[in-house]
Amino acid sequence: MHQVYGFVVGPLAWIAFAVFVLGSIWKIYSMYRSAKTRDGQVLAYWNFKYALRSIVHWYVPFWSVNSRRHPFVTIVTFAFHISVIAVPIFLLAHVMLWDYYHGIRFWSLSEGVADVMTVLVILACLFFAGRRIFLREVRYVTSAMDWVVLIIVFLPFMTGFLANHQIGPYQVMIILHILFGEIMLAAVPFTRLSHILLAPLARGYIGSEFGGVRKAKDW
Amino acid sequence: MELAVKKTEGKVQADVGIRKGLEGLTPEKIKRAIDRVFNAETGARIKGYKEICVRCGLCADSCHYYLSHDGDPVYSPVGKVKQTLWKLLEKKERISPEELERAALVAYTECNLCRRCSMYCPIGIDTAYIISVVRRICHLLGITPQYIQDTAHSHSVTMNQMWVKEDEWTDSLLWQEEEAREEIPTLRIPLDKEGADIMYSVIAPEPKFQPQLIYFAAVIMNECGMDWTMSSLPGWDNSDMAMFTGDLELMGRLKRVHFERAQKLRVKRIVMGECGHAFRSIYDVGNRWLGWHMYPVEVIHAIEFYWQMLQEGRLKVARKYEKPVTLHDPCNIVRGRGLHEKARDVVRAFCSNFIEMHPNREHNYCCSAGGGVINCGPPYKKVRVQGNRIKAEQLKATGAEVIIAPCHNCHSGLKDILEGYDVKGMGLSFFSEIIYECMEKPSAIQG
Repeated sequence: MHQVYGFVVGPLAWIAFAVFVLGSIWKIYSMYRSAKTRDGQVLAYWNFKYALRSIVHWYVPFWSVNSRRHPFVTIVTFAFHISVIAVPIFLLAHVMLWDYYHGIRFWSLSEGVADVMTVLVILACLFFAGRRIFLREVRYVTSAMDWVVLIIVFLPFMTGFLANHQIGPYQVMIILHILFGEIMLAAVPFTRLSHILLAPLARGYIGSEFGGVRKAKDW
Repeated sequence: MELAVKKTEGKVQADVGIRKGLEGLTPEKIKRAIDRVFNAETGARIKGYKEICVRCGLCADSCHYYLSHDGDPVYSPVGKVKQTLWKLLEKKERISPEELERAALVAYTECNLCRRCSMYCPIGIDTAYIISVVRRICHLLGITPQYIQDTAHSHSVTMNQMWVKEDEWTDSLLWQEEEAREEIPTLRIPLDKEGADIMYSVIAPEPKFQPQLIYFAAVIMNECGMDWTMSSLPGWDNSDMAMFTGDLELMGRLKRVHFERAQKLRVKRIVMGECGHAFRSIYDVGNRWLGWHMYPVEVIHAIEFYWQMLQEGRLKVARKYEKPVTLHDPCNIVRGRGLHEKARDVVRAFCSNFIEMHPNREHNYCCSAGGGVINCGPPYKKVRVQGNRIKAEQLKATGAEVIIAPCHNCHSGLKDILEGYDVKGMGLSFFSEIIYECMEKPSAIQG
């Protein structure tokens, strides 16, 4: 068990982070190259002012028309995304690991807040699963990959919550949690999770077109 | 031909053009076309959009087709992409004729490229662009709907949309000039005047079916004292159905002829009639194919022109238009060029009773005729009308008598919708008709 633990926090962690960081850089770079060589319009019409304008209007909840039309989805989605980014980075247990292994120290969330946020992620995943099952328009375009991606995100938070509260065999749970977390990181460049990197760019591009060329709002 | 309108995927509307094209296809030809488009003609966007669409379905209720079909997911924007792009990327040359036919029908007749969904997608995916790439593949495969392909042929042969011969064009202009001179003896439609300020261009349906619009335009130009001209030679037509069939090379030819005509005449700018898609071709799609970042000669839409004339005091209101009017915001002029506020300024200048429809401005619903759909011809009238019940409801709710629709395709599309849903007491008008009726005409003969 200790050997397995040593492996997942040692070599496997290095591999997962390398795949995540290098893979993400490669992803963004290859999109840029693709735009430069075969889809020149994206770069030719890119406009930072209008790109930011669109990003701000969509990344502030309820500012866009469609977010107002789907208020519950908006609330869940924002709660999910804020938590899914904040908890892995600012959870006290993780901050302690950075300190222990690399001497890097930074601010952490309080335990109570992190706990609530983790539960929000878990509940949001259930909500998203529900949408895929019960809404016609979502069911029609849902494939196996959508379920895979959802489970990849759900598992680290579920096992992390269980490990933190010592529910179930701790040593097994913590290894699973680390493993699922590493899978999630490594999956970013190669699955739909790449929208973490690319969605702001897509938003910026359409914002540039709508704002700069078409003189219209895109929210 | 009996129109079978079943609402589930797999419904097939037999189109002789598509069917004939499918007959000639082999897996090798399909592979060549798909590889060319996905490996050479497209890149970051197509690849990116397929990857980062998170299949959330939030685009669904932005689309008039989806709403009018009571939430049938086959008509949602992401659903349309599933039946077209994803199918092509997944199956490649193993795609079946039925799947190809379905993809062609979805791309050409069940999407108007109106761009409303891009305003509702949290990621900002350009579904209209995706569908136009699918149309490009269909064009390369030779599976385009018969009627719109015929229109593309007209463009290719005559450089205009309606098989108008060169003498028919000048005849129409001279005829309208003669008619107008009975009212305004000093009126001229100057032909091929070099160095004029403005070249006025129209779409081919005007000389063919609506020559009175040329009459109105001539009156407005003359009474505003503009130094203008029209081209007697090809290049007078600014329309572009090739953009909508996916025949991008032809689109390039058309725009080059149009702009080079204006450059040959050394005009300062081009003023376009009240049209939507032509505008889009000029500053958004056609110019880019030719490598122009923007138009090489400034092009302004009729709405901008009327607005400028009012601002400069050249166009004066003689009397107000009393009938209750509403304004339909055409996709290509509003989502496409932000002319909604100027249009409203012009409406309010001339009309005393203006009622807004809701939603409006960038959020207005498409007329479901644009994007080449009405140009696919009579076999798809039912598809258009049944795909836009929501528009009929929106129009009815205004209680207006006159719908100002500054776009030719919107006119025809909305007319079909009013008839199809039995909406009585509402008619359609262009800006130029109302302006002609209500403007001051200092040079006109009284009585």
